[in-house]
Parts: sequence; C-alpha cells; structure tokens
Amino acid sequence: MNSSKGKMIATGGIIGLISAILVRFGNPVNMGVCVACFFRDIAGGLGLHRAAVVQYLRPEISGFILGSFGMAKLKGDYKARGGSSPVIRFILGFFLMVGALVFLGCPLRMILRLANGDLNAVTGLVGYVVGIYIGIQFLKMGFTLGKSTSAPQAAGYTMPILAVAIIVLLLAAPTFIFFSESGPGSMAAPWLLSLGAGLLIGGLLQRTRLCTAGGFRDAILIKDFHYMFGLIGIFAFALLGNLIFNFEAFKIGFVGQPIAHNAHLWNFLGMALAGITAVLLGGCPLRQTILAGEGDTDAVITIFGLMAGAAFAHNFGLAASPQGVGLNGKIAVMVGFVVVIAIGFSVVASVKKERASRLMKDQGGAVNVG
Amino acid sequence: MSDKIIDARGRSCPEPVIMTKNALENVGDGTVKVMVDATVAVENIKRFAVNSGFNVKVNENEEDFILTIRR
Repeated sequence: MNSSKGKMIATGGIIGLISAILVRFGNPVNMGVCVACFFRDIAGGLGLHRAAVVQYLRPEISGFILGSFGMAKLKGDYKARGGSSPVIRFILGFFLMVGALVFLGCPLRMILRLANGDLNAVTGLVGYVVGIYIGIQFLKMGFTLGKSTSAPQAAGYTMPILAVAIIVLLLAAPTFIFFSESGPGSMAAPWLLSLGAGLLIGGLLQRTRLCTAGGFRDAILIKDFHYMFGLIGIFAFALLGNLIFNFEAFKIGFVGQPIAHNAHLWNFLGMALAGITAVLLGGCPLRQTILAGEGDTDAVITIFGLMAGAAFAHNFGLAASPQGVGLNGKIAVMVGFVVVIAIGFSVVASVKKERASRLMKDQGGAVNVG
Repeated sequence: MSDKIIDARGRSCPEPVIMTKNALENVGDGTVKVMVDATVAVENIKRFAVNSGFNVKVNENEEDFILTIRR
C-alpha cells in the first residue's frame, strides 16, 4: 500500500517537475504540459483552425502516444480494441474540449496553474469536482458506453502512426503547416526535449494509469485515493519546480495570471463540463492519449472529438482568452451541458430498458420451462 | 452461499470496479468471479477488493483474466 502510494506520488512528481522544466526551456508559463492546449495547437498547426496565436505541432503529444505505445508493447498491454459507442465518445470529447478551452486548460493544466499561484484554477478545480460528482451519479444509475471488442491491428496503430507523422511534419515544416509567430503557439521548448519529456511521461503513465478524472472519481466513488496521490505529486513537485526554475513567473492571485481569465462562473462551468464528460468517457484527455497509444481506438475517436472541438472552438470564437469568455463560448458551454446530460439520461434509459427486457425474457423462459 | 460470475470484459474504467462492488455487496460467504480483459481493470478491482477486506486470486486465461474474490 505504502509503496504504491509512493509510486503514484513519484509519478506525479516527475510530471510536475518536467512541466516546470519545459516552461524554463520555452513552453508557455503554466503550460509545461497541457493536453487540451497541445491538441488545440496541433489542430491549429494542421490548419483546422486559423487562430494565429495557437498553432504548433507539439512534440510532447507525440511523445505521450509513442511512450505509451512502446511501454504497452514491452509489457504486453498493447491490444487493438474498440467499438464502444464511438459517436457518443466523439461528442463527449468535443464538449470536453469546449469546456477546457473556456477555462483555458485541461485538468492537468489546472493543477499546474494551481501550482504557480493562479487562484482561478481553484474555481476551476471546484467546478471539475462538481462535474465529476455529476458524472458519478450517471455511473451509479448504470451509465455505460458498452463493451469494446478486438479491433483490426491497423486500427490500433492509428495514433502511433499519427504521432510519428506529427514529428515528421514538425521537422520538415512544409508550407501548409502553420506555426504561430506570436502568442502561446510560438513559445516552445526545443523539440527534442519536448519529445523526450513526452516519451518519459507517456511510458510512465502507461504503467501507472494516472488520470486526473480517475483521481477524484475513485476518491468519491469508492474512497480509493490511489490516483489522488499522483495528482498531489503533480501539484507538489510542479510547485517546487516552479519555485526553482521559474521563480520570476510565480505569482499568487486571481488577476494578471498567464493565459487565464477571472470570469469565475465560466471557469467553474467550463471545468464542470470537462469533469462530467471525462467521467462518462472513463478518463481525462491525458488518460485518453495514453489509451490511444495502447491500441484503444475508442480513445482515438475521443481525441478526434477533442481536436474537432478545438477547431470549432477557435473557428467559432468559443474559446476564452485572457480578456475573458465571449458570448459564443458561454452559449457553447450551456449547449454542452444540455447535450451531455441528455446523452447521460438517454444512455441510462436504454440500459434500464435492455435490463428489463432481458429480465422479462429470463422470467418468460422460466415459465415455459415450468 | 452464493457464487456470482461477472463479465466485465471490454468495459471501460471504472465500470469493472462498479460491477464488482455491486456484486460484492450481498456476497456473504460466497465467491465472486470477475472476468476482465485489461490489466488496468485487474489492478483496479484487486486494489478495491483488497482494501474492502476481500481475498483476490488472479488467473490468466489466454487473453482474459479471471479474478476470484472471497472473504
């Protein structure tokens, strides 16, 4: 028990420290690692949205996927699988990203923001936990996305191949790839360092299964704090790392925080939407990325949903900016809640109906036999 | 004494744990066997069951795992 606790704190600690180091070497402040932001940047780099300040092919993401892929292959965990409600996963992924981009960061960046004194992340954290609590209620009512089954090998390799393609495109830098000249997209650690950091985190997370949604979900649902220790590790060591490597950027408060706004209600609601969707999806964006490397094609679909969400968020002006949240973003979050809750109730209703009909069939069978 | 068999193969996190939790609620002196197909599910169920005071035995069966859980 204690060794597993130590392992989780160490895993989180490495992620926290690496995040601080990546900021030191050029990544945007409080964004050493942000899965939502980085997929958003990749969507921009590929030209899926044209927000000129957030376009870059982040090698960290390729690293997460390939690190997870390599480790899963090594340990026999790799298995091509899928077919568990792909369309619903796409939609949930889409709105997870909308929520994250209204808050300005995925749950991992929320912890990193917290570890650099950004108190807006406290509001986001409360929202995230409330969202997770709501998601758990759906799980208790029987929410399920159904079983996955074995998938063709080719499907399992989708994400690892895409990860390699991203690195190739980054290095070849053809003219159709967009690279920000200013803003967060222009701030990046050297690609080899980013890739190496990603590989290390990917391999580590494949082994330890750390998930930001899982941490809170298991603590609430089954009083298991295993993953929570990993989250505490991220926070503690990102804080330590920031104090050592980025002391000049460390600032406690709500105002003037880097790549953040203080529209409290929308920080809360954005992360609440991320929390519900992450629980219904079975994992946060970070975990989905790791699963996608292990051959889980349902996680691949979720990531495509995240990227589509990011593209729409910037094309339609849904994403927040340090100036705050626009009307479109507020509407999108509300639409997100309606859609996600409707999906939740509709799935629960189908599950109940199926159970009832199975029960009736069983009883009918018993009568016939009798 | 009741024995239950739960098929949690192909279920995403945390469904296998919830299914196990529900099955263990009225198990008494009986046994719950849970079938899963991912090591992450094996680890999560094992941790949950052991923390709840059960004994867990894991058997690997080609691509699947069978966890036998009893008091």
